[in-house]
Amino acid sequence: MALTTLEFEFKADSPKSIAKEWSHLGVTGSGDLEVLMEKKDLDGKTKAKVITPVVGFDAIWEKMINKFVMENNVGDVSIEINDDNATPIVVYMRLRQALAEANAKEAE
Amino acid sequence: MDLKILQEKKGETVMEFKGVKREWNTLKKDTEARLRDAAPYVTEGKIVDAKNAVALLEAVIKPGDKVNIEGNNQKQADFLAKCLCNVDVKKIHDLHMVQSVLTLPEHLDVFEKGIAKKLDMSFSGPQAKRIAEFLQEGKLELGAIHTYLELYGRYFVDLTPRVALVVATKADRHGNLFTGFSTEDTPVIVEATKFRQGIVIAQVNEIVDELPRVDIPGDWVDFVIQSPKPFYIEPLFTRDPALITDAQVLKGMMAIKGIYAEYGVKSLNHGIGFDTAAIELLLPTYGEELGLKGKICTNFILNPHPTLIPAIESGWVESIHSFGGELGMEDYVAARSDVFFVGPDGSMRSNRAFSQTAGHYAIDMFIGGTLQIDPYGNSSTATASRVAGFGGAPNMGCDAKGRRHSSEAWLKVGEEYGMKEEMYGNVRRGKRLVVQLAETFREKLAPGFVEELDAFALAKNAKLSIEPVMIYGDDLTHIITEEGIAYLHKCRSMEERTAAIRGIAGFTEVGMKADPKMTKHLRETGVIKTATDLGIDINRANRSMLAAKNVHDLVEWSGGLYNPPAKFRNW
Repeated sequence: MALTTLEFEFKADSPKSIAKEWSHLGVTGSGDLEVLMEKKDLDGKTKAKVITPVVGFDAIWEKMINKFVMENNVGDVSIEINDDNATPIVVYMRLRQALAEANAKEAE
Repeated sequence: MDLKILQEKKGETVMEFKGVKREWNTLKKDTEARLRDAAPYVTEGKIVDAKNAVALLEAVIKPGDKVNIEGNNQKQADFLAKCLCNVDVKKIHDLHMVQSVLTLPEHLDVFEKGIAKKLDMSFSGPQAKRIAEFLQEGKLELGAIHTYLELYGRYFVDLTPRVALVVATKADRHGNLFTGFSTEDTPVIVEATKFRQGIVIAQVNEIVDELPRVDIPGDWVDFVIQSPKPFYIEPLFTRDPALITDAQVLKGMMAIKGIYAEYGVKSLNHGIGFDTAAIELLLPTYGEELGLKGKICTNFILNPHPTLIPAIESGWVESIHSFGGELGMEDYVAARSDVFFVGPDGSMRSNRAFSQTAGHYAIDMFIGGTLQIDPYGNSSTATASRVAGFGGAPNMGCDAKGRRHSSEAWLKVGEEYGMKEEMYGNVRRGKRLVVQLAETFREKLAPGFVEELDAFALAKNAKLSIEPVMIYGDDLTHIITEEGIAYLHKCRSMEERTAAIRGIAGFTEVGMKADPKMTKHLRETGVIKTATDLGIDINRANRSMLAAKNVHDLVEWSGGLYNPPAKFRNW
């Protein structure tokens, strides 16, 4: 399976980093994906790397992650996504679940 | 007949009636002649041996007849369908097939062979591609693609079968039929055919001395044939909980909180699919937690869905009337006669005509999945190269204009209707909830929202006079996607409705045209609600919320009464 690697950079209006140093959620199973989040000093920016077998949806990945970053004011985080044909509803859920996991209380 | 005549007399038009001379019982006489031709094949009472079935059909069917092969959603008159394919095309040709469902290859083979010419139907799932091809090749002439109720209605107007080939579980030698659990379409077909002097032939699994109960009286049936094999039936409504995804759980939680609870929906129909199976399995868990038992989902019009067992066992459901049966649910249903419609003999009686009537007039909500929604809210499962039809969905997925009883849910939607002043004036009226569950993109990233439905391409390819739309936009009240719920009925104009649809259409071509300011405004006015707006914690949207995780769990919930077909037994 040929994989495509996509890299994006975003900046939210009032960025806030995650509580944990790093966090992991999900599995790269059929129709699903895994999300890794790592706290990093990126001058408030968020970097995202997507590894996916899907071709032709680069712009949609960018828009989806941008929307997630803007809505949740994510910053100083490096996100890595390992995808296996997840549909947008799954991406939408996993990103939000990953953020909640990265900010979960046990980190404090 | 020679009803006449216009005469010109001194510039004056005079109409003169000559005595109308005609026979008034030609159909009956013709039927008697056909029955005489068939008499040699009867062995005892009304019984005909299976080996003489083709000869029987050749005796009673004439070229050009309207013929019904009972093709239901589930049970199939498969033996008689095969026999019709084997008649001599020189004797029988150009038939007009009128039947609700075309599932079997034989249903199309009769067109390939020239035995049949014209078709009026409702649904054709597996044969949809062949119908489109036959239309293109001129092998088939299509009357119309109806909804079930509409086709049944026409059985009593201009599409009355001359000969009906029906299917039952058991018969006696007098022709009495037991259709039992899987009654489905049989009563409506037999009534239309027999009372207009037609001929009814039934294939049955078994001929017995005494029936458990009589579903069709023997004097409405002309011949019974024990088929070499029991009729084909498909477990169409069984969904394995193991295949329900977290995404379906999320949509289910949004539906329960944002729609079922919001409107107090008590009477409803669930479309076929994993989305609604997820909702059924969330009632005893998430629904219970929200304190909704007794307030929602008390009365269903629904086939006996195995995934509803946990909700029934937890005391949620008061009644269920069914279109048809479901393989493996016979014993469970028989043991729950407070809930299901069960005969004096102890087995359920389904009836598609009555269930569809109830689904059209007597319930507050239809909820189901779709493939495509356009910016006007028109929703369709039609694709460009398949003539499939929609079965009963349009009967339930619409606002029944003949409804005159009120309920809390119905009145609330009417109260919220954004165009009620323009459309209703000052009378109080309600509105049926018609809900579509969609994803912005499905598997293989097929978009769920499109600027133009594939139905337009299909109408062109298959030369249809209208686009096959499953649910018309003006009937659709709610759409649920991962982006949120659009409360379309609240919109005050088509412009606002389109903006609401774009606002939840994600990154599809429809969603890309959304104006973020407008979407924000619609969220503020409650026309769009996201999962967060509804107070749903997305982290909880996972399979652990389901009351049963697999088919084995369903068997446990049923106390061992549910007996799933082999293909669903993986333990």
